[in-house]
Amino acid sequence: MTLLPLFEWCETTLVGQTIRDSLWLFPVIEALHLVAFAVLGGTVLLVDLRLLGFLFRPEPVARLAEDARPWQRGSLALALASGSLLFLSEPMKLYYSEPFWVKISCLFLAILFNFTLHFRLTMADERRVGPFWGRLAAVVSLALWSGVAWGGRWIGFSG
Amino acid sequence: MSLLPFCQWLSETRLSVALHESLWVYPLVESAHVWSLALFVGFAVLLDLRLLGFSMRHVPASDVALRLLPWMIGGFVLMVMTGLLLFYAIPVRTYQSVFFRMKVILLALAGVNVFLFHSGVWRRVAEWDRDPVPPKSARFAGALSLVLWIAIIFAGRMIAYNWFDCDRQPQPAIVNWAAGCALEPVGPE
Repeated sequence: MTLLPLFEWCETTLVGQTIRDSLWLFPVIEALHLVAFAVLGGTVLLVDLRLLGFLFRPEPVARLAEDARPWQRGSLALALASGSLLFLSEPMKLYYSEPFWVKISCLFLAILFNFTLHFRLTMADERRVGPFWGRLAAVVSLALWSGVAWGGRWIGFSG
Repeated sequence: MSLLPFCQWLSETRLSVALHESLWVYPLVESAHVWSLALFVGFAVLLDLRLLGFSMRHVPASDVALRLLPWMIGGFVLMVMTGLLLFYAIPVRTYQSVFFRMKVILLALAGVNVFLFHSGVWRRVAEWDRDPVPPKSARFAGALSLVLWIAIIFAGRMIAYNWFDCDRQPQPAIVNWAAGCALEPVGPE
């Protein structure tokens, strides 16, 4: 089974066509996507650098993660929404773009990891779990989100 | 005085040409520039949210600032250095880009905002450090910073588009004026 028909259908959607035909819609959505990236990246770095013990040490991980969470989820939602619109405007280009597949794979894993193991480790009692697992989770999380960001930036260069 | 001759000279230096034509270095520098967004702007947003009383309300404001600061300085240095390199790679076109000019003005405004904040309400931070919602002038500085940085990201992204480039004429007079386009005099003969 291949995803090609799905991508081809996306190309024909009204939303995709509207964005493609507009001079400024794509750039504006792209800029919004970047704003979302900045906020999402900031909250990811905040929590992961804390897990690594580089930042905010006196503050418990759980409380910091809780503070960051609404902003992280909000910016993720904005990134996904704007990203989907960008996708709909040029699905066939993306289908044949390697960086796109790197980005989507990393994104899938990053979200999965973030909402499961990473989430549990940030909420866990630090004295009981020990810092090693938190650090490991931070490294994995940073690696996955980096893959998303690099992949995303490289889509533009590989046109 | 116009900086155009200087930019023209810059664009002819060997390193500028090499950077401009490089297959890997330019994309890498640009990626690093985007990366610095997460570190610098991302953390600036977190600080702004604290100043607005929207996030980390139980952490003293000065604590948030002091702990984020070293990372923000690192991010800022990366951002400025990669930004200068990006300008150096394409000096003339960037200098004559209305979006680049907008971005420089917005960056200057963001700097003024930081300066006023530091010489104003931040001096009295001990009085409101633990308040979940800081005083009005601190909230104002936070909100203004948020708006300015979002605008800076928009302006920066738009530099990539050539809608208002000097070599795409005719343009409205105001665009040519704002971009500082050096046009051939047009008229009879």
